[in-house]
This record gives sequence, C-alpha cells and structure tokens, in this order.
Amino acid sequence: MEAIEKIKEQVVAAVPGAQIEIIPSTPAAQQPALLVDREHCFAVAKFLKEDPRFQMDCCSCVTGVDYLASGFIEVVYHLYSMALKQGPVILKVRAPRELGQCSVPSLTPLWRGGEFQEREAYDLYGVKFEGHPDLRRILMWDEFTDHPMRKDYTPPLDYEWEPTAHDETLARARAQEGIVPPSALVEADKAKKK
Amino acid sequence: MALDEGLKSELQKHGVFIVPFEELYNWSRKSSIWPLQFGLACCAIEMIAAAAARYDLARFGAEVFRATPRQADLMIVAGTVTKKMAPNVVRLWNQMPEPKYCIAMGACAISGGPFKDGYNVLKGIDRYVPVDVHIPGCPPRPEALIHAIMTLQRKIAGQHLETGAKPRWYDCAATTEFPMPAYGAHDLEPPANREIWQPDRNYKGVTIDEARELLKG
Repeated sequence: MEAIEKIKEQVVAAVPGAQIEIIPSTPAAQQPALLVDREHCFAVAKFLKEDPRFQMDCCSCVTGVDYLASGFIEVVYHLYSMALKQGPVILKVRAPRELGQCSVPSLTPLWRGGEFQEREAYDLYGVKFEGHPDLRRILMWDEFTDHPMRKDYTPPLDYEWEPTAHDETLARARAQEGIVPPSALVEADKAKKK
Repeated sequence: MALDEGLKSELQKHGVFIVPFEELYNWSRKSSIWPLQFGLACCAIEMIAAAAARYDLARFGAEVFRATPRQADLMIVAGTVTKKMAPNVVRLWNQMPEPKYCIAMGACAISGGPFKDGYNVLKGIDRYVPVDVHIPGCPPRPEALIHAIMTLQRKIAGQHLETGAKPRWYDCAATTEFPMPAYGAHDLEPPANREIWQPDRNYKGVTIDEARELLKG
C-alpha cells in the first residue's frame, strides 16, 4: 500500500475540490486516515473503488464515533482491495451532533455490504445516511427514539433496590423510589466526573 | 387421605400399588416434562449439551424438546433476554398450555447478568413471567440444569390438588394470560409486570418506608 500522502495526492487530483486532511493515528503503528468533507465523500469513495490503482472492492467496516466535547460525530469506513490484496484505506467523515443536521452521504450504493453497518450506525449514533436504500433501525425496535451509543444518552431510570447499592447506583435507586429528588442524580454525575 | 405405609408396602409385595390420585397425577407430570426448544444465547449451548448423549436429560424424562409452545410444559429461558426479544418470550409463554413451568437459566435470564446496566437488556425474565426455578451461573453447567429439572420435579411432586394452597394453574380464577410489554420510546412499557414481580425492596433490613423516614431525619 502506498503512503497516505501519495493516496491523498491521487485523490485530490481525481476529485477536484475535495477537502482532504490526513488524520495521523495514535498509536502510530496503526493506519492513518483520510478525513473527507461531506460533499465530496461519495466521489472520493467512488474513485477509490473504481480506479485501477486502488480497486477498493471491499468495505469491511462502517462505524460511528461520538466526539461529545468537539461536537461532531465521525463515521469511519475501512476499505480493502481484494483484487490487489492491499489495504486498508480509512475514510473518515464528520457531521454535527445535532440530530437534524447529523447526516453523511451513504456509501451503500457503492458497497452493498455497508447496508446493515450503516443502519447500525444510524440506530446507535443517529447518523442519517443520505441515499441509503433502506435506512431503518436494525438493533433497537422501530418505536425507540434514542440513540444509545451517543455519549449524552441517559438510560431509563430503572434500578432495582440492590442490597449492596452504593454511590451512583444508590443515588439513582433512591431517586427512583422517590426518596431523594432527581437533582441528587445530577450531583452523583458531577461526583463521578471528578 | 393418609395411607398406612405398612399396608402400602405389604400390598406392593403382591404387585398391588395403591397411591392417592394426586400422587399418580404429579408423578406422571413430573416424569415427562417437555421443554420448549428455544435458546437465546450461550446458555442454550449448555442446554443442548444437557440434552445430548453425555449428560442425557432423557434420564429425567425431559428430553423431548418441542419446537412449538403448544406442546411444551417447560420454558427454559436460556440466555440474555434483550428488551426487543422480551415481548416474544412472553408471547411464547402465553401460548403454552397449562400446567406450565419456567426455568430461568443463567445470570442473564435471572437478572440481566453482566449486561444488567445495558440499555437493551431486560433485567431478568421474572419481570414478566413467573419463574419456578432460577439457576445461577454464566453459563450454568449441564449438571446445574439437570439439578434445576430435579428441583422442578420435586416442586411438581409437592403440589396439592385437594388440600392447602392450590397451584396457580389449578385455580380456575387465576390468569393464564400474562400481558406482553409494548415497545416504548425509551424502554419497554411497562418495565415490569408488578403483579408478579415484587422484588425485595428492603435495604439492610430496613423497609422502603422506614428508609424514607430515616433519610428525612
């Protein structure tokens, strides 16, 4: 596999206007990634799939990452070439965390194998994949409205009265029983962060 | 009616067996418990091992795993019950004819196990289905499942039709239909069937009302 800088040069030459940034990996032993802007993501992916130098015919993994502090959600695609026996090229796309705006172009039209994985990212992170043929929840039930892998997700208040409950669990259990007000939960969360 | 043990023993020597009808009835039920053939996670592998040649559940008359709830006596909830699966487990339970029994196999089926704090896992099937025997373990070994079947057999043998507290299924007024939870926006609704699920809410020997009073003071 060529160096990531070379790949970037070729992609920029093939897709004019694409904003591409190289994200170094930590630890450095792992693969660096290409951060692509949302507008040119599909064109870049199409180039990597169809160009004879890359022939990225396998999209092995699609996943979401929630960067709560930075305010964006990242979608990561791992691309491999079965034909040339090389890879991976890692594509990253970022979208704002707000549910209405959190959308990236779907790459399922290029790699059908991405269909279920994009549905999973939609289900758990709330990323809307524009152009996905069948974007429904895949793990949680259809009536579910939350996206539980987001870092600001709070599970429903449902604690059993545990005989050895302590700290946060005890606070939550007490709040559920109406013994202490829900504000105690906020305090417990604060204490946890410290 | 108590039968004279000496007379009973004497008659048996001549090939005459006299038992109360209740005992015969319970003996026939406990000797042929047909489990429902379904598994939810890794505990099901242990359940399969218990039914296969090495552990041979057939020795206890419980080898006929039925692929339909209409023919099953026993539901072995073997594995993690996700919230998405829970209504279907209750539906299977409702489709089984009385008298029916339930074994919660493994930490997950009992309480949610290692996934108890997860957003998608039911914190124990006893929230919706009355459980007769709980087996701890992660997963329990086949011997533990066999022990649970034997415990259930003892329970069946001890059920009285004429005197004392009747079993649930022998009470015509008792419900045989357990409400299925609905898929809600954040959780199952309701999160538990309060009529059958009343956990011990004591904390260090203090009742919940006493705890409230203590915390006020």
